[in-house]
Amino acid sequence: MSANDPRLAVTTSSVRGVVDMTHGAGGCAMAELIRDIFQRHLANEFLAQGNDAALLGTVCGRLVMATDAHVISPLFFPGGDIGALAVHGTINDVAMMGARPLWLSASFILEQGFPLAELERIVVSMAFAAREAGVPVVTGDTKVVEKGKGDGVFISTTGVGVLADGTYVSGSNARPGDAILVSGTMGDHGVAILSKREHLDFETEITSDSQPLHDLVAAMLAAIPGILVLRDPTRGGLSATLNEIAQQSKVGMVIREAAVPVKPEVAAACELLGLDPLNVANEGKLIAICTAEDAETLLAAIRAHPKGRDAAIIGEVVADQHALVRMKTRLGGMRVVDWIAGEQLPRIC
Amino acid sequence: MKYVDEYRDQELAKTIAGAIATEADPEKSYHFMEFCGGHTHAIFRYGVQDLMPENVHFVHGPGCPVCVLPISRLDDAVELAERHGVILCTYGDMMRVPGTKHRSLIRAKADGADVRMVYSTLDALKIARENPERQVVFFAIGFETTTPPTAVAIKTAQAQGFKNFSVFCNHVLTPGAISHILESPEVRELGIVKIDGFLGPSHVSSVIGSQPYEFFAEEFQKPVVIAGFEPLDVMQSVLMLIRQVNEDRHEVENEYTRVVTEEGNLKAQALVSEVFELRKTFDWRGLGTVPYSALRIRDAYADFDAEKRFELSVKASRELKSCECPSILRGVKKPTDCKLFGTVCTPQNPIGSCMVSSEGACAAYWAYGRFRELKPLEAAE
Repeated sequence: MSANDPRLAVTTSSVRGVVDMTHGAGGCAMAELIRDIFQRHLANEFLAQGNDAALLGTVCGRLVMATDAHVISPLFFPGGDIGALAVHGTINDVAMMGARPLWLSASFILEQGFPLAELERIVVSMAFAAREAGVPVVTGDTKVVEKGKGDGVFISTTGVGVLADGTYVSGSNARPGDAILVSGTMGDHGVAILSKREHLDFETEITSDSQPLHDLVAAMLAAIPGILVLRDPTRGGLSATLNEIAQQSKVGMVIREAAVPVKPEVAAACELLGLDPLNVANEGKLIAICTAEDAETLLAAIRAHPKGRDAAIIGEVVADQHALVRMKTRLGGMRVVDWIAGEQLPRIC
Repeated sequence: MKYVDEYRDQELAKTIAGAIATEADPEKSYHFMEFCGGHTHAIFRYGVQDLMPENVHFVHGPGCPVCVLPISRLDDAVELAERHGVILCTYGDMMRVPGTKHRSLIRAKADGADVRMVYSTLDALKIARENPERQVVFFAIGFETTTPPTAVAIKTAQAQGFKNFSVFCNHVLTPGAISHILESPEVRELGIVKIDGFLGPSHVSSVIGSQPYEFFAEEFQKPVVIAGFEPLDVMQSVLMLIRQVNEDRHEVENEYTRVVTEEGNLKAQALVSEVFELRKTFDWRGLGTVPYSALRIRDAYADFDAEKRFELSVKASRELKSCECPSILRGVKKPTDCKLFGTVCTPQNPIGSCMVSSEGACAAYWAYGRFRELKPLEAAE
């Protein structure tokens, strides 16, 4: 958060103290918590209805729905926090279907003893992220668990979006000859989290790339309505996501190491820690696959958007019954790009 | 990235590959053992094999510290974490290595043991400082490279009067292991393993220097080229080895001059010999019992020796019969010779240690090189 970030302009309430079991018991403490923190900051016409469920408008078109739980540690990290991430993560899952996200729901699992001031900071950030993206949180829920049975706060969000006629984006659409693009640098989020993580003193200026991508997707679809595959390379990074698509589409892929954008500071941090930037998570980047003919037009459209300036064509889809993702190394050799085994970094989203 | 990109440059790689292709005698075949897992990793990660002529072969050595640790020592670490209720600090690679009955540190952690991954010995000391009521044990593994930091931790713990910190020492030594391989019947008598020269350790040599290799270059008449871990280092060193073989020389040459000197890091050597002494023997996975090949903590620092502080039940190592890790670590077999490779044993579900660490030969084959082993599309259809 920079000094002129609008989130700092929001006056926080006089909420003091910590979460206790009464905040989840259905009594007046819970009503106060909802009023003073959730309704106050997330305020919109749907929440104002005050019912157990939100009454939404009529929608024309096919609906898309996605859900995502967020358990990240630490809760606050360079370039974001769990609140903003919970909004961006679900918006992006909806957007990766080519859909326009409309509404979000949010449920909070709070641990007894969690400072209310920190909860408010998270909700303020969430409200800002939702407003900035134009996707309101229309309904929510709060539960409290005993101390030791949670880790401060977990947030689960669900998103609903609408798909324009004719759009059919799916991980099973890749065919040999298609082009593979990424919208920007790989590995920023994971390395930012690592720099803040407990037990690891690693100072770095790298910030998370956590951001909503639905506006970028809309610009891309306007340029090339026939985009075949969209996916955000979150956990497991580019490697895991390309392998997922390869298996879903039953194809192989060949990418070029020299073409994959990685910030020098991320590359350096990974070098030092023995990580592969291709395996490190992103929260504000996407992979797109389109036909070879559409590739240059799509690349130009992504690069024209502020969230896609570092976009690149990184490789192509090939026929391969083993569905292997391979990479032409910078050195001139070839290697497999594998899924990571086990966990590379704990709890990064 | 400065100081890194220069050593991965494609144009330079082409030039060296051209020189290798020109100088490698087509009538000969060249078998070079890269001792270190770091070299194995670099060869596969950058696809160095693709730039070599067909008669230049890499034989993968035992220099992956995670891979050579015998199961019994891993079982001891699991026991420390489970039975003695300590906070066990370990480098990340050790977490997933399966011990007896597939028990691993990560499983022990899932069952409630306090196992923590650290990046440095000083992180373990920090955990000890923050938990004065708990016993903290650092699970020390590795070759000469990781030994000095362990010595620093022990000396710091003594200077600052730590009562709750100790080290479970499993540090091993490179020269003893190389001699052991060269003396093995597979190399000396049976000729099953052909070794024409060694890519000498990189980081290890920065500590011990190039001098310790003079003995076996002379004794076993094998050339040694100390090689850095970057792909161009490996390629340049292969070229230097080919030249030695062609000229029938067997010398210790140093390609990694930007880091390695003849005498090594004297300060680190002094620190290590102050804190550690030689063990008469030590069990290596794959190599068996190797004399004078490992270190233990000197009596002067006995207070920080976990083997003295905690009573550990003595167990014999029990290898899984069908797992070929022991032969792979000696260079006798390749990962693809193992029946378990890629079938029941994968990085997701490792059976042997060579599949766990990214420096292990099996993991490198699987993660980076398995496309070479698969049948081409046309043939399989």
